Amino acid sequence: MARAVTTQRKVTNTVIAWGVGLLIFFPILWTILTSFKTEAQAISDPPLFLFFDWTLENYAIVQERSDYMRFLWNSVIIAGGSTVLGLVVAVPAAWSMAFVPSRRTKDVLLWMLSTKMLPAVGVLYPIYLIFIRLGLLDTRGGLVIVIMLINLPIIVWMLYTYFREIPGEILEAARMDGAGLREEILYVLTPMAVPGIASTLLLNFILAWNEAFWTLNLTAATSAPLTAFIASYSSPEGLFYAKLSAASTMAIAPILVLGWFSQKQLVRGLTFGAVK
Amino acid sequence: MSTRHSRSAARLMMAPAVVLLLGWMLVPLTMTIYFSFKRYLPLRGGDLGWIGWENYVRFVTSSAFWPAIQTTLVLVGGVLLITIVVGVLLSVLLDQPMWGQGVVRILVIAPFFVMPTVSALVWKNMFMDPVNGLLAHLWKFFGAQPVEWLSDVPVFSLVLIVSWQWLPFATLILLTAIQSLDSEQLEAAEMDGASPLSRFFYITLPHLSRAITIVILIQTIFLLSIFAEIFVTTQGSFGTRTLTYLIYQRVLESQNVGLGSAGGVYAIILANIVAIFLMRIVGKNLDA
Repeated sequence: MARAVTTQRKVTNTVIAWGVGLLIFFPILWTILTSFKTEAQAISDPPLFLFFDWTLENYAIVQERSDYMRFLWNSVIIAGGSTVLGLVVAVPAAWSMAFVPSRRTKDVLLWMLSTKMLPAVGVLYPIYLIFIRLGLLDTRGGLVIVIMLINLPIIVWMLYTYFREIPGEILEAARMDGAGLREEILYVLTPMAVPGIASTLLLNFILAWNEAFWTLNLTAATSAPLTAFIASYSSPEGLFYAKLSAASTMAIAPILVLGWFSQKQLVRGLTFGAVK
Repeated sequence: MSTRHSRSAARLMMAPAVVLLLGWMLVPLTMTIYFSFKRYLPLRGGDLGWIGWENYVRFVTSSAFWPAIQTTLVLVGGVLLITIVVGVLLSVLLDQPMWGQGVVRILVIAPFFVMPTVSALVWKNMFMDPVNGLLAHLWKFFGAQPVEWLSDVPVFSLVLIVSWQWLPFATLILLTAIQSLDSEQLEAAEMDGASPLSRFFYITLPHLSRAITIVILIQTIFLLSIFAEIFVTTQGSFGTRTLTYLIYQRVLESQNVGLGSAGGVYAIILANIVAIFLMRIVGKNLDA
């Protein structure tokens, strides 16, 4: 039953909610606006909101001076590679736990989740040492592996909750018709699982893109992704607001767009199915 | 029914994930525990032998330990308080009928997608800078003396930055929970003459209690390992050194691996205490 709502109340709600929403979004909006200003306009007092000379020069300078494309490419490889690799490992595992559960399935799932709780700083030196020994320090391959491992529990969990929603009767029917394990996975399961796998891929790409402990500690010049690139603006370049803003906007824009598509999956992925 | 064939196939399919995570957990953990009982200084002689529990004792008796614990508690507690209180209010607000609900939702969620180094630097330079920051302009506009945020009230500033990042997470989960509330219950209460305030405290808030618990537990685990925000703003100075940052400094900056590893073991134990509670809730949900 819908409650009757007075127009006046709806107007009040709308005004308050938009005000709060814009306030929370403001730092992002301000960063985007500042990226189109000159350095002098960026620090002007009173601040300039829309009426300034819009310019693209900061973007050109950031690219030229720091080779932004290289960091972007590193981010794409690290986030994309770790997500795809994670899916390759997690899809079979989640499939078997969802469709051929055993007495230990629940314990295995909870144990996997518990590895996610291990504080990274507690194992920083061992990983650092292993990376040096194996020649993985400051390589994209090394980061792909580490970030795949820290996100693997979330990937398995998300896939498991999606797979569990696929009715088991369909698989039984396929088996009765003589489908083997391979056909079952390829022709029955895969088409039904694609939406869940796509959502998992999206959320984990975002998490990997924004990861900022291992990317800061295990990279230097050659394999640094955007998180580390921005950290290099800490000082004194950070005082050039327009350039900092241009670099920041370029680093967050792709994810803001992807994030818009993944809002629904966010809850499922980050609460391990505890809130639906 | 699953046949024996499919069951052994299932075990085989799980193997890569289980083996990888087992390795990822056991190998570094064993090494950390191993180092924690050694005097190990990679730049000053390397492995200098077993020293028993000395690192564990030295870590908690060093003058930096209690301040770091205090900073950690204030940071985690402050962020939890702000994100839960504001998150509950926001989720109630966003659940009301209005125009452009979808757009407002996106505006509120957006900070979650900003990478930690960007949000910390944007806040540090463009908002909290005492000369050119936007907050300084605002303070001057009202004739007040601009605040030197990151040196005068550094922990508070960090709480603000981190709360901004995590508010979307709390709001989104609480909003999802609030939307599962049976609206007829609220209507019945309204017809019985319950005021909006008592409807909130006696119906909405109890309904949210489980979601609030989950937000607290998950956020605590992530907040305990906050790193990038401190790394790009204060580098641990001005009393912003948390337990995580202290361990990082011991291990990588002063290269005292034995001492840092003992700290790491403390951090792992601390995180596990929180994790046990979270796992109980998640585990119960699996049975349902």
